[in-house]
Amino acid sequence: MTRLQKLILSRLALGILTLFVVSALMFVGIELLPGDLAQQILGQSATPDTLRAFRAELGLDQPPHTRYLDWLSGVVQGDFGQSLASGRKVSDLLGTRLANTMFLAAYAAVIAVPVAVTLGLLAALWRNSIFDRAANIGALSAISMPEFFVAYLLIMLFSIKFGWFPTLARLDTATGLGDALYVTFLPALTLIMVVIAHMMRMTRAAIINVLASPYIEMARLKGVPRWRVVLKHALPNALAPIINVIALNLAYLIVGVVVVEVVFSYPGLGQLLVDAVASRDFPVVQAVGLFFAGTYILLNVAADILSILSNPRLRHGR
Amino acid sequence: MTLLRTAPPTAIFGMLVLAATLLTGIFAPLVAPYGETEIVGAEYLPWSAEYPLGTDNLGRDMLSRMIYGARNTVGLALLTTGIAFGLGAALGMFAALKGGWVDQILSRAIDVVMAVPPLILALMLLAIIGPSIPNMVGVIAVIYLAPVYRLSRAAAMNVVSLDFVDAAKLRGEGTLWLLRREILPNISSTLVAEAGLRFCFVFLFIAALSFLGIGIQPPTADWGSMVKENATLITFGDVTPLIPAGAIALLTVSINFIADWMLHRASGLKS
Repeated sequence: MTRLQKLILSRLALGILTLFVVSALMFVGIELLPGDLAQQILGQSATPDTLRAFRAELGLDQPPHTRYLDWLSGVVQGDFGQSLASGRKVSDLLGTRLANTMFLAAYAAVIAVPVAVTLGLLAALWRNSIFDRAANIGALSAISMPEFFVAYLLIMLFSIKFGWFPTLARLDTATGLGDALYVTFLPALTLIMVVIAHMMRMTRAAIINVLASPYIEMARLKGVPRWRVVLKHALPNALAPIINVIALNLAYLIVGVVVVEVVFSYPGLGQLLVDAVASRDFPVVQAVGLFFAGTYILLNVAADILSILSNPRLRHGR
Repeated sequence: MTLLRTAPPTAIFGMLVLAATLLTGIFAPLVAPYGETEIVGAEYLPWSAEYPLGTDNLGRDMLSRMIYGARNTVGLALLTTGIAFGLGAALGMFAALKGGWVDQILSRAIDVVMAVPPLILALMLLAIIGPSIPNMVGVIAVIYLAPVYRLSRAAAMNVVSLDFVDAAKLRGEGTLWLLRREILPNISSTLVAEAGLRFCFVFLFIAALSFLGIGIQPPTADWGSMVKENATLITFGDVTPLIPAGAIALLTVSINFIADWMLHRASGLKS
């Protein structure tokens, strides 16, 4: 086994271990809660009978480790239990919503990544110019804005003022791809605005960092044009941090999706999670939360591995 | 004063906004024309001389709620950042000083917290303990303690190995003395530079949670939930709900401008 394979395996193992710890954390948390979970949810007025029935439904009458193992063996078989609020199976609730959330995140990523990297390259190319300064201030402002502010501004402008796009992004199974792209344009644009700034700034910083090296000076002295220096000499060596920041921002997209889905009442996992938290529907919270956490961890592992792959020195070891 | 004169216009703008927000928050009862939860008229009244920003979904004065919101939202964000920084820095320095299994256990626990996206972790934890203001402050403090822990541990690691710490140990000083008198003064500049940025994150985080209805609970006035409560007005082309959202954005941008300048200064002085 090569060094690289060993590394990938160990990172993956660590990621899975983290997921286990996080999933167990929910069970421990419920256990540590002062008083009884059933009492907390149902309130003081609940009769002993309903309390007992509710405890049996949640499995609270069993010791915590049995409960966790039961739940875990269900999850391995694709069974996440039943929603407390609707009584439906959690896996049924997840199905289409999972696809919707992935669609939205992918839509935003496909546009945001190339635009951000190009803007970052241009800012590095024309460092300290008006364009660079404006991009810098714009990025700093965009990072500081809450997602819902950006979302409502876009709604105000594009749906109310110009009437180009709908204010709500409702999807159903009958919606075709073209319609779906049109209806979800504003939510996707919101996500794009939120992630682009960070990626752009990091791309610029990574390139500028490399531009200080002696071989760049050499290239310039022998008369290579400036854009070629940036593209051919600086970019390959700045690839590792850029790939890293892209992966991290994709991970951030998965999280940013929660707020944006609520603003546009988009039928995705984020909306489901928020509703479930408000009604304290634990099986749903656990399943959706674990899915988000898992995707996030996976993308972080991917970021580590890709940045190693892009660097020959790390790829082949010493 | 010389410090202020060298500040770029963006930083001065930031400081003005910050000062105005803090003053409004502190003197909220004196500035606000109506009470925080007082119902003064019909719902969704337009802007008028009587109600400068109109009324909200329950007929409360928007301007007064904005002013009280400055106090609640910013106050809670400050409190949460304070707790996260105090605990995170203390634990980080402690781990660096003790090393061995103490460091291992603390660091692995922090790894788990940092491996999960903050918003998801907060939602999961708040689902367990129930949404309320103290619970929210506690959960966010625990989540944002993690990056502070890492920073202060890394900074303290460099200090712990120095001779004067060994000298203090040999002198027989206790752990508390070592943390407070030997390590803290040497890493405090690093921590302060980070505090501004962390405050922004916490502030945005509280706003997002409140917007989702899981943070600051009604009837307490708060900028995040005010956006949510009045969001329907936007579909009628009314900009009122954007005002609290804009206030959040303005304050975060301002603090970022200040933090940017301070970081710039700190790095400039070093080189």
